[in-house]
Amino acid sequence: MSTLDSKVPEGPLKDKWTTYKDKIDLVNPANKRKIDIIVIGTGLAGGSASATLAEQGYNVKAFCYQDSPRRAHSIAAQGGINAAKNYQGDGDSNYRLFYDTVKGGDYRSREANVYRLAEVSGNIIDQCVAQGVPFARDYGGLLDNRSFGGVLVSRTFYAKGQTGQQLLLGAYSAMNRQIARGKIEMYNRHEMLDIVKVDGKARGIIARNLITGELERHSAHAVVIASGGYGNLYFLSTNAMGSNVTAAWKTHKKGAFFANPCFTQIHPTCIPRSGDYQSKLTLMSESLRNDGRIWVPAKLEDVMAIREGKKKPTDLSEDERDYYLERRYPAFGNLVPRDVASRAAKERCDAGYGVNKTGEAVYLDFKSAIERYGKEQAKIHNEKDASAQRIYDLGKDIVEAKYGNLFQMYEKIVDEDPYKTPMMIYPATHYTMGGLWVDYNLMTTVEGCYAIGEANFSDHGANRLGASALMQGLADGYFVLPYTIGDYLSDDIRTGRIPTDTDAFEEAENSVKTTLDKLINTGGTKAVDYFHKKLGNIIWNKVGMSRNEAGLKEAIAEIQELRADFWKNVRVPGGTHEVNRELEKAGRVADFLELGELFAQDALTREESCGGHFREESVEIDGPQKGEAKRDDENFTFVSAWEYKGNPSESQLHKEELKYENIELKQRSYK
Amino acid sequence: MNLTLKIWRQEDAKSPGKMVTYPISNIEGHMSFLEMMDILNDELIEKGEEPVAFDHDCREGICGMCSMYINGEAHGPDRRVTTCQLHMRMFKDGETIHIEPFRANSFPVLKDLMVDRGAFDRIQQAGGYISVNTSGNTQDANSLPIPKADADLAMDAATCIGCGACVATCKNSSAMLFVSAKVSQYALLPQGRVEAKDRVLNMVNQMDIEGFGNCTNTGACEVECPKGISLDNIARMNRELIKAKA
Ligand SMILES: Cc1cc2nc3c(=O)[nH]c(=O)nc-3n(C[C@H](O)[C@H](O)[C@H](O)COP(=O)(O)OP(=O)(O)OC[C@H]3O[C@@H](n4cnc5c(N)ncnc54)[C@H](O)[C@@H]3O)c2cc1C
Ligand code: SF4
Ligand code: FES
Repeated sequence: MSTLDSKVPEGPLKDKWTTYKDKIDLVNPANKRKIDIIVIGTGLAGGSASATLAEQGYNVKAFCYQDSPRRAHSIAAQGGINAAKNYQGDGDSNYRLFYDTVKGGDYRSREANVYRLAEVSGNIIDQCVAQGVPFARDYGGLLDNRSFGGVLVSRTFYAKGQTGQQLLLGAYSAMNRQIARGKIEMYNRHEMLDIVKVDGKARGIIARNLITGELERHSAHAVVIASGGYGNLYFLSTNAMGSNVTAAWKTHKKGAFFANPCFTQIHPTCIPRSGDYQSKLTLMSESLRNDGRIWVPAKLEDVMAIREGKKKPTDLSEDERDYYLERRYPAFGNLVPRDVASRAAKERCDAGYGVNKTGEAVYLDFKSAIERYGKEQAKIHNEKDASAQRIYDLGKDIVEAKYGNLFQMYEKIVDEDPYKTPMMIYPATHYTMGGLWVDYNLMTTVEGCYAIGEANFSDHGANRLGASALMQGLADGYFVLPYTIGDYLSDDIRTGRIPTDTDAFEEAENSVKTTLDKLINTGGTKAVDYFHKKLGNIIWNKVGMSRNEAGLKEAIAEIQELRADFWKNVRVPGGTHEVNRELEKAGRVADFLELGELFAQDALTREESCGGHFREESVEIDGPQKGEAKRDDENFTFVSAWEYKGNPSESQLHKEELKYENIELKQRSYK
Repeated sequence: MNLTLKIWRQEDAKSPGKMVTYPISNIEGHMSFLEMMDILNDELIEKGEEPVAFDHDCREGICGMCSMYINGEAHGPDRRVTTCQLHMRMFKDGETIHIEPFRANSFPVLKDLMVDRGAFDRIQQAGGYISVNTSGNTQDANSLPIPKADADLAMDAATCIGCGACVATCKNSSAMLFVSAKVSQYALLPQGRVEAKDRVLNMVNQMDIEGFGNCTNTGACEVECPKGISLDNIARMNRELIKAKA
């Protein structure tokens, strides 16, 4: 425990960041020119950090594995970004955003970090608008907001269903300005495969050029990991195909503690799997739950009839349907938080009520909403005797205006018209709250190595609220890291360029080369995907939405076995010195096979249910909350931070105790 | 479904390429086009052959990374979708499918179906930004109201995903639709007006340096653009150019 110092400044919560910023050591502009910073990743976190650091005068080298920084996975975010602007005058404030985030995270995040996030959230919107991000506006020309994820205020800014795209293109444009000035050197189609430490400090990386296959040495005075989340551990997720843990995992193996790996978010509304060939899952925005009602048939014989095509969902009358969220959670109904909605869907499907071929789907039905909106419209238009068809048409128009693009996306994928027949949805892995442990400065336990965005663990505790990942990525990159990193670098103004012809770089490069050669030369027979799918299955079934001791122990053993099998039987065609997509995948899956074990180990150690982590042994035994998740504040109010000890099985647990001085801990209840 | 695939195979940027035929069977209509390619690749790997290299990442039509030319159309036969959103139900049992990379002099082939679209980035670097630093004391976002109609049009232009289908489709390999989408986004907004002149001149200049062809108003780009970027943007950019040169 002694090794973990969160470095949270003293003083009242509201003043910590301002006071701290005032006292931080600065680097003068002339000296910034002598300092190099490597940034791994160009998503919202890495893109915004690269641009800002370059504006300040540092020499930035930015890396991404795609062919352009604009294609980072942040581009796919749909719904929106939170900020405590209180433009709607509905009582929002920094404190309220802070409070919602800590409560939403089920009291497993660090107060001071979350408060700072809320504090800078308003600046993000100002900055993005100044860059020309075309947020949605109302008829008065002012910024529009929507409400999101069951909070009581309307604080989510959005750009149609493409908020992530527009924010990322904003950061990309800021990067372009600095690339043009020569302040950012951009390395597209490069993958970081190791971090290099010199005298205990992060001083560079080994990267593979994904076109030539060459290994390159890059040095810097600090390294920033902004490589995103590790949801692809599950094989199927809503993440981009290339999203991976490699950069973070290699850093972990060089001394950075990995925090709360088992905290994952399983999003309740995704398009279900259709077959074994499936390569990824598509999210249907959470906003649909504002108007859709979730149900499965009440009787098993109807389930069978539907699966066999003998009945259609629209044939079932109201009393033949089980609106299970409304039944179990009368107060919140279909708007319970993501983790609760996901588990309830799983519970019904496990009991045999899943409505598609695979048995893993529930209905999300807009019939009531169409009718309700239709009647409302008929009243507004003074059509007293509107026919049922007329009411349907009026209502459909409203639903179309709100969710048209999502309905169209659904129809393209599933080939069914969701206006006519209920949508089918099922939970899917979406976001990882865990990540590299960082202190208040966003520095990992490796000196000079920082982690920002989804790659770190810091702000979302055990469960992330909708629209707050984009906020965190940009807060870290635009407003937090550029200050805190200066404090560290102020000691480096006399260091000079870090040479790369040293033993440290040599060793790191050799070890990367050995691993790549080993992957090419295993002489096995099975494609990388074979192993990735198997790993995904283990994790999904045993470390997914619900976890228990026996299952977790099995998962650990099975992953160890699979890892051994991988290193014997994987086949990677081609060589190392060329474009080799299979080799890239193999390296990533090799790291997932190690992370997977730690992930299960972390879930096993945390013998409580909290947020997205549901331990079957930790539920309310009786009373009105019977069967619901039970958090154990007495024993588990801490961050698990794992130290690598040569093998995932021997990782050592360190605990950062969490102190709540500004918020009272409460059990969540949605009944 | 059983299909015959004819796919462009090219070792690297320097080698010549050729079409190679691969039969594939048991394809379902619910599969996406790229899932069909995954199956082909797994089969090739098991046979000890080299899989087909192609670019892709998000697989939901937003990153702009996927880029195949399928049966003579950029992103294939469906409309308003990228290759990753194309489904096999668009094809018939027994059909032969031709799969090639996006072709343009400014998009050199790197391997098989992968091309280098770095020219697009360089055009953006020439002026696709508003010169504002991150400071934390920018003016309040609502101090500058923008008419909803303008904001919506700017958003429509900003949805370009930089895929390059417009270039691959155009018989002149012109990048006008792509460049005009960015120029339009800023032309419609009050922010960054002071640098409007330099922006359009520099971006168009870079477009010419990269060797993209001229626009002769055939409109093919608009038809094939997965994001429905409209030709109006080209007209708007031309007006910006005239203003800038005046
Ligand atoms: C479908 C979907 C919808 C979402 N919607 C929302 C939403 O509405 N609101 C919200 O707040 N959040 C949303 N999220 C979550 C949010 O989008 C992400 O958490 C966030 O964008 C992550 O940003 P990032 O910058 O940390 O990482 P990313 O955007 O994932 O970027 C990672 C970067 O790292 C690079 N990289 C990775 N590994 C390496 C390596 N080894 N070497 C070199 N480069 C590497 C990649 O090339 C990339 O540039 C959504 C997520 C998904 C999947
Ligand atoms: S304009 Fe359309 S086709 Fe061209 S790059 Fe943009 S999205 Fe692709
Ligand atoms: S893979 Fe992203 S648009 Fe097709």
